[in-house]
Amino acid sequence: MSSQDIPEETLPSKQGEHEGAVAAAGDPFADPGIPPHEPRIQDIDERAARRSERVVAFLFVLSMLATVGFIAAYVSLPVDKNIFVFPIGHISALNFSLGLTLGVALFCIGAGAVHWARTLMSDVEVADDRHPIEAAPEVKAKVMADFAAGAEESGFGRRKLIRNTMFGALALVPLSGVVLLRDLGPLPGTKLRKTAWSEGKMLINQNTQLPLRPEDIQVGSLTFAMPEGLKEEDEDFQKQIAKAALMIVRLRPENIKDKRELDWSADGIVAFSKICTHVGCPISLYEQQTHHVLCPCHQSTFDLSDGGRVIFGPAGHALPQLRIKVNDKGYLEAMGDFAEPVGPAFWERG
Amino acid sequence: MKKLSARRRHPLAAVVVLLFALAVTGGLYAAFAPADTAKADDTAQSLAIEEGKKLYSVGCASCHGTGGQGTSDGPSLVGVGSAAVDFQVATGRMPLQQQGAQAPRKKAIYSQAEIDQLAAYIASLGAGPSVPEKSQYSPDGADIAKGGELFRTNCAQCHNFTGKGGALSNGKYAPSLEDVNPKHIYEAMQTGPQNMPSFPDTTMSQKNKKDIIAYLDTVNSSKSESPGGLELGGLGPVSEGLFAWIFGLGALIAVAIWVAAHTAKAKKS
Amino acid sequence: MSTAADNRRKAPAGERVADWADGRLGIYSLAKANMRKIFPDHWSFMLGEVCLYSFVIIIMTGVYLTLFFHPSMTEVTYHGSYVPLQGMKMSEAFASTMHISFDVRGGLLIRQIHHWAALIFVAAMLVHMMRVFFTGAFRKPREVNWLFGFLLLVLGMFTGFTGYSLPDDLLSGTGVRFMEGAILSIPIIGTYVSMFLFGGEFPGADFVPRFFSIHVLLLPGIMLGLLVAHLILVFYHKHTQFPGPGRTNKNVVGMPLLPVYMAKAGGFFFLVFGLIAALAGLASINPIWAMGPYRPDQVSTGAQPDWYMGFSEGLIRVMPGWEINVAGHTLVLGVLIPLIIFPLVLAAIAVYPFIESWVTGDKREHHLLDRPRNAPTRTAFGVAWLTWYLVLLVGGGNDLWATHFHLSINTITWFVRIAFFVGPVVAFVATRRICLGLQRRDKDKVLHGRESGIIKRLPHGEFVEVHEPLSQEQLHTLTAHEQPKPLELEPEVDENGVARKAGAGQRLRVKLSKGFYGEGTHIPKATAEEYQEITSGHGHH
Repeated sequence: MSSQDIPEETLPSKQGEHEGAVAAAGDPFADPGIPPHEPRIQDIDERAARRSERVVAFLFVLSMLATVGFIAAYVSLPVDKNIFVFPIGHISALNFSLGLTLGVALFCIGAGAVHWARTLMSDVEVADDRHPIEAAPEVKAKVMADFAAGAEESGFGRRKLIRNTMFGALALVPLSGVVLLRDLGPLPGTKLRKTAWSEGKMLINQNTQLPLRPEDIQVGSLTFAMPEGLKEEDEDFQKQIAKAALMIVRLRPENIKDKRELDWSADGIVAFSKICTHVGCPISLYEQQTHHVLCPCHQSTFDLSDGGRVIFGPAGHALPQLRIKVNDKGYLEAMGDFAEPVGPAFWERG
Repeated sequence: MKKLSARRRHPLAAVVVLLFALAVTGGLYAAFAPADTAKADDTAQSLAIEEGKKLYSVGCASCHGTGGQGTSDGPSLVGVGSAAVDFQVATGRMPLQQQGAQAPRKKAIYSQAEIDQLAAYIASLGAGPSVPEKSQYSPDGADIAKGGELFRTNCAQCHNFTGKGGALSNGKYAPSLEDVNPKHIYEAMQTGPQNMPSFPDTTMSQKNKKDIIAYLDTVNSSKSESPGGLELGGLGPVSEGLFAWIFGLGALIAVAIWVAAHTAKAKKS
Repeated sequence: MSTAADNRRKAPAGERVADWADGRLGIYSLAKANMRKIFPDHWSFMLGEVCLYSFVIIIMTGVYLTLFFHPSMTEVTYHGSYVPLQGMKMSEAFASTMHISFDVRGGLLIRQIHHWAALIFVAAMLVHMMRVFFTGAFRKPREVNWLFGFLLLVLGMFTGFTGYSLPDDLLSGTGVRFMEGAILSIPIIGTYVSMFLFGGEFPGADFVPRFFSIHVLLLPGIMLGLLVAHLILVFYHKHTQFPGPGRTNKNVVGMPLLPVYMAKAGGFFFLVFGLIAALAGLASINPIWAMGPYRPDQVSTGAQPDWYMGFSEGLIRVMPGWEINVAGHTLVLGVLIPLIIFPLVLAAIAVYPFIESWVTGDKREHHLLDRPRNAPTRTAFGVAWLTWYLVLLVGGGNDLWATHFHLSINTITWFVRIAFFVGPVVAFVATRRICLGLQRRDKDKVLHGRESGIIKRLPHGEFVEVHEPLSQEQLHTLTAHEQPKPLELEPEVDENGVARKAGAGQRLRVKLSKGFYGEGTHIPKATAEEYQEITSGHGHH
C-alpha cells in the first residue's frame, strides 16, 4: 500500500528525528515548535486590562437593559400596532422591538464573554498529546478471548436449533409492525381515475358560482369552473376540487389544430383539466395569444389549441380535456367524466 | 398639402371653415360648460374622435394600419374598446419602442386628454369594453378577503400571491402590480392586454373585480403592511434563502472570525 | 481561587455538591479528562458550533410553537385580526399559525426565529461539511463522524420540509402536492404509498397531523441522538488542526476548555441566538397570511421550496417529460429519474471519503488538516460537486432568474440541462489547475522568499524585487504536507516466479490512484537540498 511509500520524513511528527544528509545545516523545514508566547497589551498593562474589564461589564449591563426593554415592549405595545420604519416599511411594532431587544440582550452576553476570553483570560497555547484510537494488541487479544469464551459458554455455535429458531422469531416479529401500517389509508382502487364530473353536470363559474353559458365566454378570456353540486362547505371539497378543477377558454374553431379537441368543444369553447399532468400543480398561466398554458411550478407548457399537447418541460402527457356541450337551457354541461385520469401519472395509469 | 391648397378655393370652403369654427367653439363650450346636454356630448365626442384620429395616424397607424385594421406589425384594433387603449397608452406600453417578447410598462408619452381622444377614436371603430367609471374600480366598500380568494384563483398563478409578478414562457412575463392605478388593473382584467387572458364581466362580475382591486390595494401598494419586517421582494423562499445565506450565515461567520482571531499582541501594536 | 486559610475549614458548598455528584456520577474522572481539553482556534472550526446552536434554538422555539399550534386539518372559518383573510375557510393548522403570528404577543417573533434558524441551520451544516471536506478532516479516524454529520444534513432537510408543510398555506400545500406527484411516480407501489401517507386521496385530512409527529418527534429525536454521538466523537477524537509550528499529527495545540473555550463557545451561543433574534425582528419569513390557505385548485407563480430543497426542485424542473407506457402500465421517467438522482447528488459527496481512502490505501490516522491546494484532486472533486449543486439551484429558481435578469425561462432550462453535465467537468479541470498554480507559488515562496514589493537596482543596472526569506515557522508550515505517490501494480510474476494477475478491482484502483496522485497532479514540493542550494548559492537578495 502506498502508505509505506510515503517518505517518513514528510510526516511532521518524524521531522524532528530526521537527521540525515543535510544534518550539518539542520533541516531548514524542521518544526521549530510552538512559538514563544507573546503578551497582549492587557497582560502587561493593568490599565488596558481594566479597560477591557469595563468593556465586558458594559456589554453585560447593556444586555440587562435590553432585557428590561424587551419586557417593557411586551407589556406596552399592542399586538396589532404597525409602524413605519425606514427603510424596512410598515411593520409590526411589537415584533420589531421584541426582536431587536432580544437580539441585543443575547448578543451582548455573548460579546461580553468572548471579549473577556480574548483579552483577559490566558491566551497561552498549550499542546495536548493525542493517543491512537486503535486499542493496543494486548487489549484486542483480551477482548477477542472474552468474546470467544462468552460465545462458547452460550452454546450459540453448537446448538443450531436454538440459533435458527431465534433468527426465525426475530425475523417474523417486525411483521406485526408492518401489518399495523395497513390502516394508514385505503387502497387506491379506482380513486385516481374518477372525478366529480359526470354526464349532465353543468359547469359552474368559480367566481360567480353561477352556471356558465357559452355567450359568457369570449375569445381570449380565461374562466375556471367546477362541477355542479360541489360546494366549498363539503367535507371532501378539497379532495374533489384537487381533481375536478377546470380551465375554460374559447378559441376560434379555425385555430383548433386537433380534431378531437374540436369535436369535444362547444362553439370553440374547450374545457381542460386545471391539474398539471406532471406532479399536479394547478396549471393556469394561459397566454391568450399563443394559446399556451404554463405551469408555475415546473414550467411544463401545453398547447391548448392542439389537444393540450406538451410542448416544453417535464410533463409526460397532454392535459386531459373534458367533453362539453350546450344543453337545452343554454348552459354548458359535461358529457361525462374525463376520459383519462387527471393529474400526475402513476404506475396503473396505463 | 397641394390638395389642401387646391381645395381652399372651393366654393364650399367657407362653409367648412365656418362649421369647423363652430365645432371648436362648441367643443370648447362642451368642455367648459357645466351643463352636459346630450347634444353637446355628441359634438364633443365626434370632435374627440376627430382629434384621436389625427393622433392615431401619427403615432399608431404605422403598426396598426391606417384604419385600425392591423398589419403584420400590430393587431387589429377594431372592437378592442376604449378601455384597451386607455390601458395600453396610459401605462406607456403603447406606442411600442421596439418589437420584443412583450411590451414593457414605460412612462406614458401622451397626456390623459390625448389618450381619451385616441380611445374615443378606437372605440368608434367597433364596440368594445369602455373605460370604467371611478365607482367601478374604487376599492371603497369592497370585500378584501373575497378579493384575495379571487386573486389566488384567477391571478396569482401569473402575478404571484401578492402581485409581485412572475415569469411566462420564452421571455414573456406577468408584470408586478405594485402601485398600478386601480383603473388600469380594471381595464387589464376587462380587456386582456397582450398575452394576458381577459376576465369579462360575464365571467368575472364587476363586484369581483372591485374585490380584487381592494385586495391588491391592501397587500401590494407602498402603504401595504409587512408585519414580519423586510418583505424581501415578497418572492418566497428563494429570496429568503439568499437572505439567510448572505445576512444570516454571513454575519455568523464574521462573528466566528472575530471569536477565533488572535488578540492583538503588545509587541506589534 | 480560595485562599489557603479557606481550605483548612470545612469544604465550601460547591465542593460538597461536586463530591455528592462524584460519588454517584463519577464526575471528577470525567472532568479530569475534559475540563482542560485543548481546542485549536480557527474560525472555520466554529461552523459546526453554528449548526449546534441553531439546532438548540430551533428546538427551544419549536417547543414554544407547539404550545399554540393545532396540527389539524379540520375546516374552520377565520375570525382573527388579519383583515384580508377574515371569513375565509381554512384548516385549523393554518388558522392557528395565523393566531401565533397575529394574536400571540411575540408569537410572530418566535415563528420567525424558528424559520430563520432552520434556514441557517441547514446552510451552516452544508458549509461545515464543505470545511471538513476541503481540509480532509474526514480521513481516518473520522469517517464515521463524517457519516453522522451527513445523516444530520439529510434529516435536517426533511425535518425542514415537513415543518414548512405544517401551516397548510398555499405555498407549502403546493410543495406537498409535488411530493404526492413524486410518490405516485414510483413504479408498482406509488399509488399505495400515496394513499397510505395521505390517508386516502390528496390532500385528505391527515397529512398535517402526520407530518407534525414526524417533524416534532421522529426526525428531531433521531437527529438529537446523532448529534450527541457526533459531539462525543469530536471530544473523543480531539479536534483536527492546521499544520504549523509545534502542530503535529500527535498533538493538539490550542487553548483549554476551561476557561477560554467555555467562554468563547458559550459566548458564541449567545452571539448566534442574538443575531438570529435580531434577524427575525427585522426580516419577514414565510408570511403565510400573504399566501393564503391551501386549496388544491389555486397556485402562485414562484412556487419554490425552502433553499435546501432547491437543488431537487432544479432536477425536477429541467428534466424532459419522458413517460413510457407498456402493457397497461406507466413508467413516469420524467419524475422518477429526478427522484432517483436526488439522493445520488447527496450520496456523491458522502461516499467520497471512502473512495479516497480506498484509492490511497492509507491506513494511518490523520489529525493534521490539508490545505485545499495540497490535495488538488479532492479539491477539484469538491468544487465540481458544488458546481453541480449550484447549477441545480439555478434550475430550481429559473423563473426568478428569468424575471430578474430579463431572460427566457426556456433558455435557462436549456442552460441548466447542459451545465448539469458540462459544469462539473469544467470546474474539476479548472480547479485542479488553480491548485497546481497555488502549489507552484508556495514552492517559489519557500525557495525564494516572500515578495517584499521593494525594487532594488543592481550595480549593473538590472532592477530586481527584493525577496524576504521566510521564517522557519513559515517554511515549516508551507512544507508540512505530504505528497502521496500513486499505487503501482505489483509485478505480474512474483519473486518466486509464480504468475499473479492483478484483479480488475486492483487495476481500477491503480488507475484511479494515478489519476489522483500521478504525474501532473501536483508540483513536487521544495526539498531541503533545493532550498540549501539556492540560499547558499545566491545568498539573499
